[in-house]
Order: sequence, then structure tokens, then C-alpha cells
Amino acid sequence: MKTALQQVFHSRKFVTGFAIFMAILLTVFLYPLIIQDEPLAILGQGNFFPPGIYVNIYDSIHSKSYVLNLKDAASKRIGKILTDQSRQDIKEWLVSYGVPEDQIDINDTESLLSQWEENYDSSISLPGMTFAKQRYFQRLDESVNGLLSSEGVVISEVNQETGNLDQTNTIDQSEYVHINEVANVRILPLGTDNFGRDVLTELVKATGVSLKIGLIAGVVATLIGLTLGLLSGYVGGLVDDIIMFVTNLFTVIPSFVLLILISFSIGQDNRGATTIAVVIGLTSWVWTARAVRSQVISLRNRDHVNLSKLSGHSTAHIILNDILPYIASYVVMALILQVSSAILSEASLSILGLGPRTTEVPTLGLMMNWAMIYQAHILGKWWAYFPVIVVIALITFSMNLMNTGLDQVFNPTLRD
Amino acid sequence: MENVILEVKDLTTKYVTRFSEDVYAVDHVSLKTAEGKTLGIAGESGCGKSTLALSLMGYYFAPLHYISGEIRINGRNISSMDPDEIRKTILGTEISYIPQAAMNALNPTQKVIHFIEDVIQAHNPKTSKKEIYELARERFEILGLPADVLQKYPVELSGGMKQRTVIATSVILCPKILIADEPSSALDVTSQKMVIKMLRDLMENGFIKSMIFITHELPLLYNVADDIMVMYAGQIVEQGTAQEVVFDPLHPYSKGLMNSIIVPENGARGVKLSAIPGTPPNLKKPPQGCRFAERCKYVQPTCKTHEIDLQESEDGRAYRCAFSQNYLRKAYKNG
Amino acid sequence: MAEEKKPCLCGSGLTKIYGTGVQKNVAVDHVDFDCCQNEVISIVGESGSGKTTLAKMLLGLTKPTEGEIYFQGKKRDISNMKKKKEYWKRIQAIFQDPYSSFNTFNKIDAVLLDCIAMRNGKKYTRAKKIEIMEEACCFVNLEFDELTNKYPFELSGGQMQRLMIARVFILKPEILIADEPTSMIDACSRATILEMLMKLRKEIGMTIIFITHDIGLAYYISDTVFIMERGKIVESGPAEQVILHPKEEYTRRLISDVPKIHEEWDLSSVKYG
Repeated sequence: MKTALQQVFHSRKFVTGFAIFMAILLTVFLYPLIIQDEPLAILGQGNFFPPGIYVNIYDSIHSKSYVLNLKDAASKRIGKILTDQSRQDIKEWLVSYGVPEDQIDINDTESLLSQWEENYDSSISLPGMTFAKQRYFQRLDESVNGLLSSEGVVISEVNQETGNLDQTNTIDQSEYVHINEVANVRILPLGTDNFGRDVLTELVKATGVSLKIGLIAGVVATLIGLTLGLLSGYVGGLVDDIIMFVTNLFTVIPSFVLLILISFSIGQDNRGATTIAVVIGLTSWVWTARAVRSQVISLRNRDHVNLSKLSGHSTAHIILNDILPYIASYVVMALILQVSSAILSEASLSILGLGPRTTEVPTLGLMMNWAMIYQAHILGKWWAYFPVIVVIALITFSMNLMNTGLDQVFNPTLRD
Repeated sequence: MENVILEVKDLTTKYVTRFSEDVYAVDHVSLKTAEGKTLGIAGESGCGKSTLALSLMGYYFAPLHYISGEIRINGRNISSMDPDEIRKTILGTEISYIPQAAMNALNPTQKVIHFIEDVIQAHNPKTSKKEIYELARERFEILGLPADVLQKYPVELSGGMKQRTVIATSVILCPKILIADEPSSALDVTSQKMVIKMLRDLMENGFIKSMIFITHELPLLYNVADDIMVMYAGQIVEQGTAQEVVFDPLHPYSKGLMNSIIVPENGARGVKLSAIPGTPPNLKKPPQGCRFAERCKYVQPTCKTHEIDLQESEDGRAYRCAFSQNYLRKAYKNG
Repeated sequence: MAEEKKPCLCGSGLTKIYGTGVQKNVAVDHVDFDCCQNEVISIVGESGSGKTTLAKMLLGLTKPTEGEIYFQGKKRDISNMKKKKEYWKRIQAIFQDPYSSFNTFNKIDAVLLDCIAMRNGKKYTRAKKIEIMEEACCFVNLEFDELTNKYPFELSGGQMQRLMIARVFILKPEILIADEPTSMIDACSRATILEMLMKLRKEIGMTIIFITHDIGLAYYISDTVFIMERGKIVESGPAEQVILHPKEEYTRRLISDVPKIHEEWDLSSVKYG
């Protein structure tokens, strides 16, 4: 046993897979200890905040200010708002409003903005312009308003007694705060999702839950499949006929349809993650049973089994010692496939709204589902779904690597 | 002077194991086959006879590596040609090779005629399917294979039939030399006899000019080969006509092999079988001196220290032993 | 061996049918067969003649569809595990393919220890067990020290077959069924294996049932030969008589198909089929 373990850990493939898998598991366990947010807490008002650092404006105002005279500050500020595209748009508006095209120079920020200020009127509806386009120009107008000003911003507070606005502070354009001195800074490495939840926290929790679902479903399916396959293959005869009859029944009825029917009949309120996992396991053992059975049938006529019989071993001993080790790698492979397919089944169920209750825990499937319903893929909000895909891929990849490594150990003749 | 088809001089090849160890499985082997003759190669498994068969084709690919020596077919040196050229101009037209499990190499989803089309079109892409069919049908009939085999799938044929089909296919381009590596050991005796008969027919009809036949079954080799070479641990230890090697072996190893022959013949029950003790040496580090010394009954201290060359006598026999022919014969007589 | 012959293992009307309906395949067809104690008998047949199926029935690994097997005059009873175990103490086998005869996950020691356990040696001390194993390995010219803690697949084919014989040596059965024990190994190792089997037979006085396709081998080692063709025994009798003066066409063909060295091997008689 000890040497077998040593051999397992000498296999580079297994070690790589194991490292990735352990990294995922460690993240699942350690992350909640560091970030103690509720995974489903709604942080953001609005959906799909992009990944990045969020600095509290209120706290920034009250933080100690530092004056830094940086030359390119103004041009950066203008550049951020007045992009090449918006310059083009402004020109387009002005041209269709009636300003001669040759008078507009989009590279001269000052003249362009003054022409805009002169001519733009949000109440004017130009022919051929959609409502959305009009709204866009209104927003553009607001953002360029006062862009060239070199004045600071006045901070006023409402005086409780008089009700007047008292100017308390002015902030110059050259003032900075130190980010460490701002009390509230939140890093959202993967932004927020459609509900305004932190995607990373949610993803870590979802990975944990999905792995749990996958493992439970995989173990249930493999145990059922292995037991039935061994019995049917080794004992044969009537037992085989009965088991194969049941197996064929399950093969003929698509397991996903069964899964939908069972999930539906359980009802939304009773569907916890574990229930869903067991249901997935109960409907997906067929493949394992068939694979195990065919392996066992070819093994039971091998001479080493005959030799074991001649040595007076009992059927149970033969199954455990002479059959099981030979199919162990198949079983492990089946388990791995079951785990990854269970994760996918859960995702499919969740898309149909038949997954686990949405109020309790996120799962990888539910996250994909939410991203899809809120059209993250169309809006280009990659952080809502891409990390989920990466995690699913990593889980399957690492498990398959481990499987290949184990295969080499379980089948000594394959060893190199 | 007889017409030499294949001539090999001092061929040495090695293969590299997965642990990057060199195994010198063919060590300075020289041989010659003449037109119309069959050369038999005998030896235990692991003595390098299959590696020799592969090396003779001049077609080297990892893990097999060429080291030194010459291979000439009709005087043309092929050992310096690059593999692609060999594949295009030598394999199939000059040399054909049949491995032991050749019959399992047929793709079960293709009809037999398809393999023949493949072989011919690889060399003459312009040949029409009709011409190929006619040629194949004619050839199969001469070789005693029914023509309807061409339209069958490999699974529809018995093991012996499959093996004969593979042989007929591999010599469809009339190669000068056929290398057969245990072509019949996976078959039962009746199919084996058919395969041998067919090989003989090939030679008699001139479809092949010469043959190298490899097997560990000595009675079979005796009946198939004109000359026999005995290989041990990558080297040739004895060479002579079939008659000489079987009934008058010189090298102690050949003698040992001949003592393990079992045939269903009158008197065979009385013969005492004797086995050669021990196992062949590991070719990763061949022993110093005579490679057979460890297992030899007649070993002398010098055998283990001195490299022994192949001693060639005038009558065309050769053996790799330090003792004289007469000494050995006398020793065998006395048991 | 001239003493009175005691019947040891007999079969009457043994039949094995695989499959049903169109796929029905009669592997062994009403075979009557008997062998006497201390005899070496051979069952010769080509592949597909049903000889391995017959061997499995005799071993009790496969149930005959029809027919009875008599063991030492009495009807064989292996209806439960205990009786089977008793039976297998007295009848053992060597299989054809040494590479698949061993469980690749068990060490060589385990194979031999199983045999000791079977001979009621479970309670022996470790030293005693090792002594038995050493003795067995020595008998087949293997070094136990080199084998211990090794896996069977690390040995050569010939060594594995010798290990099988070592196993039989420990078990000391009354009957040994050797199913083509030499067909997967070279000619020179073959002589070694045969030599050891004969030595073992002399040592523990057992009956050997030799299953082979090699008629020369059958002639060389056996007293009685049975020729099997497509599930039926077509000819049987003392080896000398059957091989040198065959009566049946099939036997004659089988013998003529084997290459020989003193007689001519007639290739012209080959009929392609």
C-alpha cells in the first residue's frame, strides 16, 4: 500500500492534477476564512460592476489631501471622457445639425467643445436619429460639461439650522488622496454579477457546492454501477438477465428526462443541493454498470481467476482481489467522469430552473444560469461567466490528469 | 557462381529502451542469400532474430537505430539511403516483411481488395482498379486462394486464410526478398502447412527470388530452409546447410537446441530431451568473452575472458566456439 | 507402474453447449473419457476442438451441460464451496498463457502462500512457510530469494510456468491438468518445463492430463492419447499405436501436417481450404 502510494506520487501527471485539484479545494476552504462576506450578499446596487478597485468617494473627500502637480493630469482627464469615438460622434451630430464639415476639427479639443456648447440643444431632435442615440448625446453633453474648466469642485453641506448650503471645502484638480488613507476601499477582483453580488466570493462558494454535488452524485452513481456491474458480470445467469433488464430500461429512458421528472416532482422547496446530488447519482449509474460488467465478463474467464478458484478462494475474495484491482482504474475513471458530468447535469437542471433552491447557495450551474438570463455574454460582461467556465474546466482537467496517473499505477504493465 | 540477392556485412543495430539504455540486439551480423534459396534463422525469444528482420529492411525508426554495416540488394547499398526513399523504392518492391501477427494488422472495416489497391497505388498511382483486380485475382488463383476472398472483409476469413491473404498482398509487387518472421506460429498445424506451401509456391512461381525465414520451431525450419543460421544474444553462433546444422551441430548452443526437438516420429519417445540450463544474457550489458559461456557444458576458463570470432571453414560452415570441430563432435558423442 | 490400473477420473457423455438458438455452439459433444492413476494422458486437438472446455469441465470450473464425471470411481460432487475446495486439493491445473495466469497485483509470495494455506498450512510459522516455498522454488530451479517481493510480470514466460509447477509441487495433487503449458514459450524452455513435470510426477506420483495441439509432444510424453476433433474424441489408445499407426483420417492428417526431421514432410498433399 505504501509503495503504491509512493508510485502514485511519482507519477508527474497525477501530481500535476492533484496540485490543481488541491489548489481548488484549498481555495474553497481557506477563502471564507479571509473574506467573511455572505456569498449571496448583495453588495452592488445595479448589475455587472466590472472587476477592479472601488474607492469610496465620501471617504476620499474627507481624507487628507496631497497636492501633486502632474503635467498630463488635465489631458488624461479629457482623454478619459472625450475618446476618439465620442469626438467622432460629436462631429457627426454637428454635421447633421448643419455645421459645415470643413469647420470641424476633431483634434482641436477646445474648438470642438465650444462648437458643441454653442450648438447642442437636448430638445432638438434631428431627423433619422433614434431615441437611444438621442439619449446617448444627452449623456455625452452632461459628461463634457465643464470639462475644460480648471476650477475645483465645491463641496457644500446643508446647514441643519438655516437650510442653506454652506460651502465647506473646495477640491482642486491637483489634489490627491492616499488610497491607504481612504477608509473604504473594496477590491472586487471579478466584479459583481447581475444581482450585485461579489462574483469571486460567490464563485468560491459555488465551486465548493458544485464539487460536493459532483462528489456525492459520482460516489452514488459509481457505487450503484459498480455493485450491479460486478454482480451481473461475475455471477451471470438470471442475476445478469435481471440487472441488464433494469439497466436497459434506464438506458432507453434518457437519464436527463428522468432527472427533470424527479426534480420536478420533488418540488422547489425540498430541493437542496444534496437532494439534487443524490437524484443525479441515481439516474446516471447506467454507464458505469455497463462498463464494469463488460470488463468483469472478460476478466472472469481469465486464467488468474481460474487459478484463484483452484486455490480455494471464495467468490467474495475473488471479486475483491482478482477482479476489482483490474477494474479499479476503470472505476476511478468512471467516477471522475461521473463527477464532471454531475457538475454539468446540475448546471443543465439549474438552467431549466429545476436546480437547487436559489435562495440558499450558489452553484456553478446557477451562476452560469444567472449570467445567461441577464445576458452577460451578449453585454460582454465576461467576469460573470468566464471564471465559472475556467473553474469547471480546471476541475475536470485536474481529475482527468489524476486518473491517467492512477491508471499507470493500477495497471503495472502500463508503467514506464 | 550463384546469384546473390541480399548481402549483409557486419550489420550492427541497437534499440533504445524507454530508460535510454542501449540494447545491441544485432551485433556484427553478416549473411548472404542466393536466388532461389531460403535462409532460416533460429534462436530463442530475445536473441535478436526479430530485430535482425527489421534491421534487414534498412528502414529504421525509433527505437531502432542503425550503427554500422552494409546491406546490399542486388549489389545496391541501401543502408545509406534515407528512410523516406527506402519506404518509396525498397519496401514492397525489393523487400517485403511479414511479422508474426500480420493477420491482425488488417483493418476490419475494409475489404481485402482495398489493401491490395493501397499497396499497388502507393507505388504506381495510375493503375486502375480494374487492372489491380485482375492482377490480384490471377495471383490469388495461382496461390490457391479463392478469388472471392478479395471481396470479403478480414473478419469473414479464418486465421490461416487471413495470414495467407496478408502474405499474398505483401508480395503483390514481386519483391526480390521476403522476410517472414514466425509467419505461422500463431496458427494450428494444418494452417501452418498451408502457409508454408504457399511460401514455397511463391518461390517456385518466381514472385519472390529469395526468402529469409525466422522461427524457433526447428523441425519447421529444417523443412523450409536451405541454410540455417543460429542466433544467440545478438550474434550468429552457427551457420550451415539445414542438414548440417540439424544433424551435425557444432556450437554447444545449437547442440542444445537440437536436443529440444520433439517430433511425432518413430523412435522419438526414446530420445532423451535435454534442456539448456539458465537464461540468455541481458543484452544491455553483454558478458565479456563467449556470450554462451555461462550456460555451456564445455566451458573453459578462457571462454569467459576472450572474445571469440566466427570460425569459417572451407566447406562454408561457420561457428563461434573456441574448440575445434572434431573436439566438439567427440564431446557430443560422449554426452 | 505395472500394477493394477485404478480408474482415476472418468467422464461419460460429457457435453458442453454454449449459447442457444442460432448461436448454439456445441463445444464438447458426448465425450467418454477415462484415465487411470499414475498415467500420463494427452488430449490432442486443433484450436476450437473443445479440448480446453473439456479441461475446464474436468477441473470443475465449468458445469457440463450434460454427462457425468466420476472421480475415483465415485460420482463427483462439487455442489458447494467446501466440497469444491476439497476437490481442488486433489486436482490442479497449469494454464496455457503464463502472462495471464497470475494476478498482477499479488506478489509471487502470495501465490505460494495460498497453496500452503490450501494444504492446511495456515498455522505454520513464518520460517516453516519460507522453508516450504524455498523447497518448491528449488525444485523448479528458481531462487526464492530473488522471487520474494517481486511481481509475476517481472519474470519471463518460462520462469512463470516454472512458478506454476512450484505451486503444484506445494499442493501435491493427485491429478494435474496441464492445458498447453508449453505453447506460449520457446522450444528450449519447453524442454525444461517438460523435464520438471516428469520429475514432479515421479516425485509425488500424480496423474497428468496433458492438453496440447502438438502431437509430437503428446507422443513424447504420454501413455495414452485422445484425439479430439470438433468436440468429439475421434481416436484414442496407447501413444505408440495412435501416433505410429493412426486409424482415423483426421489423426493421419494431423500427424502429416507436423513438420518432421527424419521423415519427409510432404507439402504436395496440401489442399487449400
